[in-house]
Amino acid sequence: MENKANLKEQILTASGVNPLKCMRCGKCSATCPSYDEMEYHPHQFVYMVEKGNIEPLLQSESLYTCLTCFACVERCPRNVQPAKLVEAVRLAVIREQGANHLKPQDIPALLDPDLPQQAIVSAFRKYAK
Amino acid sequence: MQRIGVFVCWCGSNIAATVDVQRVAEELKKEPGVVFSADYQYMCSESGQNLIKDAIKEHALTGVVICSCSPRMHENTFRKAAASVGLNPYMVEIANIREQCSWIHKDKATGTEKAIILGRAAIAKVHLNAPLIAGESPVTKRALVIGGGIAGIQTALDIAEAGFEVDIVEKSPTIGGKMAQLDKTFPTLDCSACILTPKMVEAAQQEKIKIYSYSEIDEVKGFVGNFSVKIRRKARYVKEDICTGCGLCTEKCPQKKVPNEFNMGMDNRRAIYIPFAQAVPKVATIDPNYCTMLKTGKCGVCSKICGVKAIDYTQQDEIVEAKYGAIVVATGFNPISPAKFDEFAYSQSPDVVTSLEYERLMNAAGPTNGTLLRPSDGKHPHTIVFVQCVGSRCDGAEKGKPYCSKVCCMYTAKHAMLTREKYPDTDVYVFYIDVRTPGKNFDEFYRRAVEEYNVHYIKGMVGKVVPENGKLKVQAADLLSNEQLHIDADMVVLATAVEPDPSARSLATKLTASMDTNDFFTEAHPKLRPVESPTAGVFLSGMCQGPKDIPETVSQASAAAAKVIGLLVKDKLVGNPCVAHSDELLCNGCSSCEKVCPYGAITYSDKEFRMPDRTTALRRVAAVNPAVCQGCGACTVACPSGAMDLFGFSNNQIMAEVDAICK
Repeated sequence: MENKANLKEQILTASGVNPLKCMRCGKCSATCPSYDEMEYHPHQFVYMVEKGNIEPLLQSESLYTCLTCFACVERCPRNVQPAKLVEAVRLAVIREQGANHLKPQDIPALLDPDLPQQAIVSAFRKYAK
Repeated sequence: MQRIGVFVCWCGSNIAATVDVQRVAEELKKEPGVVFSADYQYMCSESGQNLIKDAIKEHALTGVVICSCSPRMHENTFRKAAASVGLNPYMVEIANIREQCSWIHKDKATGTEKAIILGRAAIAKVHLNAPLIAGESPVTKRALVIGGGIAGIQTALDIAEAGFEVDIVEKSPTIGGKMAQLDKTFPTLDCSACILTPKMVEAAQQEKIKIYSYSEIDEVKGFVGNFSVKIRRKARYVKEDICTGCGLCTEKCPQKKVPNEFNMGMDNRRAIYIPFAQAVPKVATIDPNYCTMLKTGKCGVCSKICGVKAIDYTQQDEIVEAKYGAIVVATGFNPISPAKFDEFAYSQSPDVVTSLEYERLMNAAGPTNGTLLRPSDGKHPHTIVFVQCVGSRCDGAEKGKPYCSKVCCMYTAKHAMLTREKYPDTDVYVFYIDVRTPGKNFDEFYRRAVEEYNVHYIKGMVGKVVPENGKLKVQAADLLSNEQLHIDADMVVLATAVEPDPSARSLATKLTASMDTNDFFTEAHPKLRPVESPTAGVFLSGMCQGPKDIPETVSQASAAAAKVIGLLVKDKLVGNPCVAHSDELLCNGCSSCEKVCPYGAITYSDKEFRMPDRTTALRRVAAVNPAVCQGCGACTVACPSGAMDLFGFSNNQIMAEVDAICK
């Protein structure tokens, strides 16, 4: 139980997000372009972190199917910033495993002319410490 | 030496739980001049007041100190009690040991010590108090109502009904305000114009009411009972008293491409126009921004065609100066522009409209003559998505407004219901965060939309709207079924937040009336004085004070009128004797006080003074008009020579208090 509380605290500190600001309008999930790919939708993320129900999130593919496009952050009327919460949970996983999954030198091999620049930046957010 | 009585109130446990009231009474008994000291459970109660009255008589008290709640609460009570037994009410001082002591301290020892210190300060002040006698000022028996919407009209009608003269100043060419633009009104669905226009006509016909349309407030001077106001009558280039409102000019004017504000810019009017058929006054107005004659000197069609020669291109703004006893602010609201919310594509597609635009599209006098047609192609829409809370309930100014706009849930239910009623083949979706329907027959109304009219209410928000191939692709969340919806809509209607009219802020400055951070006027007390501004003689009516619907607006309008009538029936107002006065011998004529005075109470004049050796000298000195001075004290602080002082709060009294606290 204490560990659980600690994890929530860690995620709130890392993200700087206050999930209590959420008024449950669901605009984050309404705007999410990756909605169908995500097991837990942005509004669920916010609510689950608020409840301290973080364990399922740590295990979820949603951490990686989030595009980190930040549309939810941009559109949220309450400035809750759901993508930052997703990011903080993902960082908790990456840090636990203690590895950088993407290094700058790996990038040239992955480059694709159709790949938008934002995707590379996002990949760094997702796979590197 | 004064003979002072000290009365320490327990305020039940409000004070007594944190302050040792008995000790306070004992300690203050030892102060010089104190001949009587007591504590009691409720000083404000009748028996508490009797305790004070008896002590004044028995001990021949010349000054009274009451250690109790804030003077804002019961200063008046205690002053009246003292006056009833012959003591000048200004010999009573309050030491606030509740708000400024017991309520903010947890530790009883600290609280008690502070209460004693505050009591000492009040005693030190009473030693220097002198009896004051309040002056009287006459009341101008005429009221000014600023804004001619339903709030202003109702207030004016009620005041006039009581027999007082009222002037309405309305900045647009007609009265009627936003309600004139509405199609139907919730929850009874009666036609807005049908219930509003009789009131507009009544206001026009009522002998006691004078309407200054197309006019604005330039300057406000004076104080409660005695305001002096400059009204700017903007040049309408049409002689109001001659124009018959036949409307011929508005048909013949060659400048046809002026966005019609009455229909939210969805159709055009001419450069000379009458806003709508039932306008009051029904007089044409030339829009100087579009009139070819005014801009280039070449045209003059309206002047040629006018049968009564009412057109006057040389007309200038005119300033009318009038006196009023009371002023009612009824400046109303506007819906915000949803343009900054890119996700709703308001600027990209004409088929994304605001609710007020939708209101016009449904109205018989609107751009489509009441047939619901898409602005883009004039076809009937079959799928309509309503989005609630657009710009309301947001966090921070860059997102929108922090408050609930209150009326959107109900008018959206109305729109949805009327659409389904008129066009049963239309699919109507309403995306809501919460449906807020407190009000008589309001929730029943919303339930009817759902149960009888089969409007699809979906808990969730619309995330984005993309115009594509003549459709609006709406992406939204359905939170209860936990799915993302994709709807091909023909129209999207945005329930935008309301905000106070932009003219309100500068008006508040002119009136020295306070506003909150959202530019809504502040009421004198949020519960007990909801229609009065903290500035005496200024009253609030309608949306300018906060979001409200028509029934609430009308209630507040009548309440404001009742307050105004209560003021205007008085022949004289008892003034506040705690006003500034200037010592002519010390005054150096620098004008600092005149510049800081917010009420214009200070004037300068040259006066002859006797000098040594039988000579005289002419010196420029300040004088205060005690009827105008409100006792704010700004001049006493600004005065560099110490000539300005305030009765009841003299520099000496304040210093004595400070000395007592620092002792």
